[in-house]
Amino acid sequence: MAKPKIALYWAASCGGCDVAVLDTNEKILDIASIADIVFWPIAVDFKYHHVEAMEDGVIDLCLFNGALRNSEQEKIAKLLRAKSKVMVAFGACACFGGIPALANFTNRDEIFERAYIEAPSNDNASGTLPQTLTKVNEGELELPEFFDTVSNLDQVVVVEYFMPGCPPPVDLILKVVDAFATGQLPPAGSVIASDKTLCDECDRTKEEKKITRIYRPHEIIPDPKKCLLEQGIICCGPATRGGCGLRCIKANMPCRGCFGPPLGVIDQGAKMLSALTSTYEAKEEEEIARLLSEVVDPAGTFYRFSMAKSLLRRKRPVPVEVGAK
Amino acid sequence: MSRHFEPRIVGFLCNWCAYGGADLAGTSRLQYPTNVDIIRVMCSGRVDPTFVLKAFQLGADGVLICGCHPGDCHYSEGNYKTARRVPILIKLLEQFGIEPQRLRLEWVSASEGDRFAALVNEMTEQIREMGPFNRNGGGENG
Repeated sequence: MAKPKIALYWAASCGGCDVAVLDTNEKILDIASIADIVFWPIAVDFKYHHVEAMEDGVIDLCLFNGALRNSEQEKIAKLLRAKSKVMVAFGACACFGGIPALANFTNRDEIFERAYIEAPSNDNASGTLPQTLTKVNEGELELPEFFDTVSNLDQVVVVEYFMPGCPPPVDLILKVVDAFATGQLPPAGSVIASDKTLCDECDRTKEEKKITRIYRPHEIIPDPKKCLLEQGIICCGPATRGGCGLRCIKANMPCRGCFGPPLGVIDQGAKMLSALTSTYEAKEEEEIARLLSEVVDPAGTFYRFSMAKSLLRRKRPVPVEVGAK
Repeated sequence: MSRHFEPRIVGFLCNWCAYGGADLAGTSRLQYPTNVDIIRVMCSGRVDPTFVLKAFQLGADGVLICGCHPGDCHYSEGNYKTARRVPILIKLLEQFGIEPQRLRLEWVSASEGDRFAALVNEMTEQIREMGPFNRNGGGENG
């Protein structure tokens, strides 16, 4: 019998998810022995046209990491979807937009202005901006179109499984590969992680939460045994899915929310805002004003990894006629 | 902005004070606009920020949350949670490009029917002037 075929792809991502696959160390050889890797831009030399030449549904498992920020990524997502039996949104960016989706707090024009005009390292006196089509003597040059809004994978194609994390931990990767190899994949739509919150799995001592001051991580050396939120550090554990193995917590750093919203929660940021304000001790106006000044960037903190999947999804353009009748 | 724009405002009113206030406004035959769709909740503290975001996502032009005056909460602390939550939520909404006037928290007791009617008048007028909320957010795939 022919070996099953696996494809891996990176869209708008940092490459960390691919490194996480390599972090399976010697197990990567097991993966290679049970399956043929037919496409993996970071590691093996297959091109898009090789994938295009395949028959539909011929790839058994596709691990797709990264958010969708331009037309090339969208095209490959659709291509791999057509060729794959099982599509896995691999990592926080593919699952909920991740860090790239924080760009939804701005837009294409502002990003181009900053990256190609304003940034001090630019030498671009003529103000050249990337164009999708450029005419040169030899013909037309094409670049992928840069989207205004970053999407996550299942906003563009149907996805069978979600494997969150920045990056997904090795034990979860091996769990999926094992389940795939033994034909014991969970029902479609499953999130390959815990159904509990991170707080539920955290083994730090938790008492009644009464925060009187919020510290940013560099302002305090936290007690390694005590709940970080109780110490005034914004830890996204109450509004984040568990299953990550408490990697950050064990390093005495707060949870930043890379496993996305827990089971039953549609908007991670709203839940984290709710959890934080419920535990802060403030009744008088000046105390509330202090809380407000201590949470420097609420949207960026609470939606650090889940912006594309949030209810509002992106910043609204500033209306031209505010106050006009 | 259309001259015929009628704002839709979602009003979350606590059962013990604000809803009583709205009820009193009605039984007292006070005139106030019909632009507020009232949802009765047991406490203003029950208003999960998700509700507010969902209201905007579904196209509400404004959200009004009314609860008991500080110290009067039927559950003793619920309105204080709301008092902390709403300012941060407004700050967060501003990061999403949503004007702070579109979310409002007010304390209305069960005897303040006139206050409730005046409040709805004021907020409706304010949002009518601001124009509709841009629910889709613009952009080619927004």
